[in-house]
Amino acid sequence: MSQDLILETKNLIKAFKGFTAVDDVNLQIERGAIHALIGPNGAGKTTVFNLLTKYLTPTSGALLFNGKDITARKSADIARLGIVRSFQISAVFPNLSVLENVRVALQRKEGNSFHFWKHERVLNRLNDKALALLDDVGLSEFAHSKTLDLPYGRKRALEIATTLALDPELMLLDEPTQGMGHEDVEVVANLIKRVSAGRTILMVEHNLHVVAKLADRITVLQRGAILTEGDYACVSADPRVREAYLGVADDEPAAPVAAVGVHSSVIAGVGA
Amino acid sequence: MNTSIFTHSKLNLVLLLLALVAPFVLYPVFLMKVLCFALFACAFNLLLGFAGLLSFGHAVFLGTGGYVTGYLMINTGITPELGILAGTVAAGLIGALYGKLAVRREGIYFAMVTLALAQLAFFFYLQAPFTGGEDGLQGVPRGHLFGVIDLSDNLQMYFFVLAIFLFGFWLIQRTVHSPFGQVLKAIRENEPRAISLGYNVNDYKWVAFIISAALAGLAGSTKTLVFQLASLTDVHWHMSGEVVLMTLVGGMGTLFGPLVGAAAIVTIQNYLSGGELGNYIHIIMGAIFVICVLAFRNGIVGQFRKVLKQNF
Repeated sequence: MSQDLILETKNLIKAFKGFTAVDDVNLQIERGAIHALIGPNGAGKTTVFNLLTKYLTPTSGALLFNGKDITARKSADIARLGIVRSFQISAVFPNLSVLENVRVALQRKEGNSFHFWKHERVLNRLNDKALALLDDVGLSEFAHSKTLDLPYGRKRALEIATTLALDPELMLLDEPTQGMGHEDVEVVANLIKRVSAGRTILMVEHNLHVVAKLADRITVLQRGAILTEGDYACVSADPRVREAYLGVADDEPAAPVAAVGVHSSVIAGVGA
Repeated sequence: MNTSIFTHSKLNLVLLLLALVAPFVLYPVFLMKVLCFALFACAFNLLLGFAGLLSFGHAVFLGTGGYVTGYLMINTGITPELGILAGTVAAGLIGALYGKLAVRREGIYFAMVTLALAQLAFFFYLQAPFTGGEDGLQGVPRGHLFGVIDLSDNLQMYFFVLAIFLFGFWLIQRTVHSPFGQVLKAIRENEPRAISLGYNVNDYKWVAFIISAALAGLAGSTKTLVFQLASLTDVHWHMSGEVVLMTLVGGMGTLFGPLVGAAAIVTIQNYLSGGELGNYIHIIMGAIFVICVLAFRNGIVGQFRKVLKQNF
């Protein structure tokens, strides 16, 4: 197979004292794709993210980035290689200004981050670039506000701008639309679509409308293992996926809706 | 962004003028004591206020600076500026060693590691032959600055101490408002995010720790020259606690807070130890600490700022 893989995991396992959170996962992320990782709560999606970025150390298995083994690298090194992640809870620097949030990401490549004897005004030469990035996500008018004061949806947009500042080859987005109102979801989904040009995105996402709209490929996790993979039509039609979300076999008529939440209705709707 | 009036150059100028006039009004040795502790607290605040690291062993750097300077001044006859430089470098080196170990842990564990290492140093200094043990190093000569200016004169000594303080204060201010300071603030605000942007956060904490330790050493070296004494008091954990108190009373994370806090605590201590309340000094300090933590979480400067913000 002559697939162009940007990231690959080989037999990835993470066990916490007898509980296997990630069980023998072989992920293959194709370059240029938007790849979604879905699954019911506790399926191990965020754990996989933490393993890919070494916020957790795998019990066994290997991580390959562009064919090179990065299993032993530290989190910060992995970021430097071009894999930049976001977090489930919005990850901003609340007491810095919006502009400074982006600038602190741009600053890393300047090589002056240890210069404690220089005045911070040397960073002003990055302001134009930072403003352009903010403009990209519609935040330029807030550049000089304190980040703390931004509404939640805009914080997530700022997070994406900050991530983009590093021009990552691979972006890992952990539930980018979580906790957002309907309109913000739409805005962020469009934003992700737009910034995906020329790069690869791996995202954990609960909102299946967003997944349907964005993802080229979907991997479904259940109890730490890969249940199935494919595009949206293929995955949503899979009876095992419906079972995983619904908790019952497909042919059983009464699904325990209350225990399943919103996702079930979406899956069931598409599957039916 | 720090846009408050406290970084305003006018205020800086007024304070500087006050510092220049002060020794003609107040007792210079008292003022020098305030300046030494203020520098110590400012150095400590660089870690706590701007890097979010609570070191509970900062006395070791104050004391190390003092011992090294004291020992060299007594035994080698070098000039005071070199003596102070040596003390500062020594504290910086110990800071590099201790910091390397401590930044591997966070929060309460960081504090415990620094405390344990500082206690280690305390018992070492208690036993070591060159520290004078319980007696300390007494009669440390102040010497002649650059071999010319006689520092045994309190007024000349005062201006020397003021210059050292201003240098240290400037360096801390610069560090906070430097590219390095930006990263430090980012780490304080959201460490996992800073890592995900590719920063090896422990290296940044380590450098901050070294700067803080070296400046604490500078304060200790200077203090030893002022009082012509290096003693176990300066490496005792009480001293580590006192600097926390000064910083919190003044306002952590503000540039002038530690200065105000140090001045307040030193003044109270001086006042109490002379009067009949001398026996209750620890109880009173404890009460002040409790009141501050309960009522003025932002310290004197922080509270002042807040009131100013609300009313103007």
